[in-house]
Amino acid sequence: MLNIHNLHASVNGKEILRGLNLNIRAGEVHAIMGPNGSGKSTLSAVLTGNPAFEVTQGEIIFQGRDLLQMSPEERSCAGIFLSFQYPVEIPGVSMVNFMRTAVNEHRKYKGEPPLTAGEFLKLMREKQTIVELDKHLVNRSVNEGFSGGEKKRNEIFQMAMLEPKLAILDETDSGLDIDALRIVANGVNHLKRDDNATVVITHYQRLLDYIRPDIVHVLYKGQIIKTAGPELALELEEKGYDWLKEDATVY
Amino acid sequence: MQQYIDFFTSCRAEIDAQCHPLLNVRRQQALDQFLRTGFPPFGSEDYQHTDIRDLLKENFGFYLQPPTAMQHTCNMFQCLVATLNSYRYFMLNGWFYDENAAADIPQGVFAGSLNVFAACYPQIFERYFNRQAADKGDGLSAFNTMFAQDGYVLYVPADTIVEKPFQLTNLSGGNVSALTNRRLLVVLEAGAQAKLLVCDHSTNEQQASAATQVTEIYLGEHATFDFYEMEESNRKNVRLATTFVEQAALSHAIFNNITLSNGVTRNNFRIDLSGDHAESLLYGMAIADQEQQIDNQTIVNHLAKAGHCDELYKYVLDDEAVGVFGGRIVVAQAAQQTQAFQTNRNLLGNRQCRMFSKPQLEIYADDVKCSHGMTTGQLDENALFYMRARGIPETEAVMLLKFAFMNDVIQGVRIDGLRDRLKLLIEKRFRGELASCRCV
Repeated sequence: MLNIHNLHASVNGKEILRGLNLNIRAGEVHAIMGPNGSGKSTLSAVLTGNPAFEVTQGEIIFQGRDLLQMSPEERSCAGIFLSFQYPVEIPGVSMVNFMRTAVNEHRKYKGEPPLTAGEFLKLMREKQTIVELDKHLVNRSVNEGFSGGEKKRNEIFQMAMLEPKLAILDETDSGLDIDALRIVANGVNHLKRDDNATVVITHYQRLLDYIRPDIVHVLYKGQIIKTAGPELALELEEKGYDWLKEDATVY
Repeated sequence: MQQYIDFFTSCRAEIDAQCHPLLNVRRQQALDQFLRTGFPPFGSEDYQHTDIRDLLKENFGFYLQPPTAMQHTCNMFQCLVATLNSYRYFMLNGWFYDENAAADIPQGVFAGSLNVFAACYPQIFERYFNRQAADKGDGLSAFNTMFAQDGYVLYVPADTIVEKPFQLTNLSGGNVSALTNRRLLVVLEAGAQAKLLVCDHSTNEQQASAATQVTEIYLGEHATFDFYEMEESNRKNVRLATTFVEQAALSHAIFNNITLSNGVTRNNFRIDLSGDHAESLLYGMAIADQEQQIDNQTIVNHLAKAGHCDELYKYVLDDEAVGVFGGRIVVAQAAQQTQAFQTNRNLLGNRQCRMFSKPQLEIYADDVKCSHGMTTGQLDENALFYMRARGIPETEAVMLLKFAFMNDVIQGVRIDGLRDRLKLLIEKRFRGELASCRCV
């Protein structure tokens, strides 16, 4: 589904990703772990096409297409979804209006007619229950005045609405208490299917207790330095990253 | 400037012939003032960015007679706010058009031509007409008094409450470039309540047109007034408007000035809160692109105890547009317990457009709560990316964010039908679909 080959990317002239390789197949859950500053969030920004990040080398093929040639909106419609580490507040734009515009753009991309108001509200109600999102929140402006937990739940709600092929969860666990973590994880598991894939970016093992990864990668200084099964996450939790750094041949 | 003085002197009889003597009697004093001061000079304190002499240097024609094609134009015209349930009135090139005027208004209320009002209510006319303009006005309002031949009056007697809004459509246009001088007078006696929407349109976009407008508003004790002004003219239009407001004790007013499309616009607003506990909510919205210019100057004078004013002006500029905001709040020594707040926020779409803002507070009382603030910036890049990452195209995301920026001004509109209509118009404006003012 996603093939990243020799990816180099920089922000403000500083190279963050230095030859990253990653292959993800449909139906898989990947976890990407790594110490602070290793490039985890840069990877998610590059995958979604954030204009602040510049790709200097390498390629990303998503479902047979050259992802780097696509605009952020096109990537979204093609099935890439990022659950933001810091969801943005947009005063004055209601959740309903925001989501309806997004859903209908996705439908337009697929050649489907826009949803009627009734159909849309029905869909919203249905998806809200997945993350137990308070129904009052959808009548407010996007993320405005939402608590940290509500913002993260709102991200997964949007994911449920847009049904992506590849979902990237960027530190979705940060700032969540145990209950919120469980709700968010349940939401993600509920949306898991054989034809989509999930990338979980996280610091800690904690989230991986709820969302079971098939493959765990360690990202360090812009490269993936180790790839293994779910047991790697447990090992990292126990031993930290230092033992890997010593082995790494990053320059 | 001399051309106008010569023209006035030579056509004085023709100007007077169409008007009630009570209008004509004010012209000499206005001429004297205009001879003394002329138009406010470019570069003076409040005219740093709008050059009135230059804007009016062209040899404009005047409509000294009521236009003959009036009926046709007014009947053909479909205002964008046509769906609003209102009492409707028209003025063409400064002349009131009485053919289509709403007749079913509540008893005792007058809405109609300035000349008819002078004839029917001479005492009220004398008490109010030109009082504020003569006392507080500058050369521009004196110029208007010299030439104004007709206008619109809304008079609501004491304790009369009119729920349905009044709506006046100002049309300007013709086959020659013309200068119109129109007049509005609003008198709400004690306890009266009314709402007025004034829409500015131009019908001929090929010809340059200019208009001076002087509005005098008098609100009695406990009176409540909503005043919405919306300009949808064209790029060749010049609007020079001055509004004077006098509010008695416990009166309450909303002023919402909206510029959707224009050429060069200057709106002067002067509000005097003369009675205790008077309240004014002052909103402004300006959307400009290409080479449009919008210059709003407001003065709120707190003259009595415990007055309240809340001012919010927002601009969205693009291309080479120029926005100007000057806001002055003056709290006199007697105006203790005043609460006065002013906010000006501006969104610039590129590096070429320019915004000049001058918020000012002058406080002579010691027991007050006042604030002012101004921000000028660009769209939030993070919000823009967030929306795009959800599949919303960049142009659509920009539109939604600009619209959201104006939301609090839109919420200041208290006529439901107008608010909904306005949302649609603003969206169209941001999409570039508001090409002609007759498109609905």
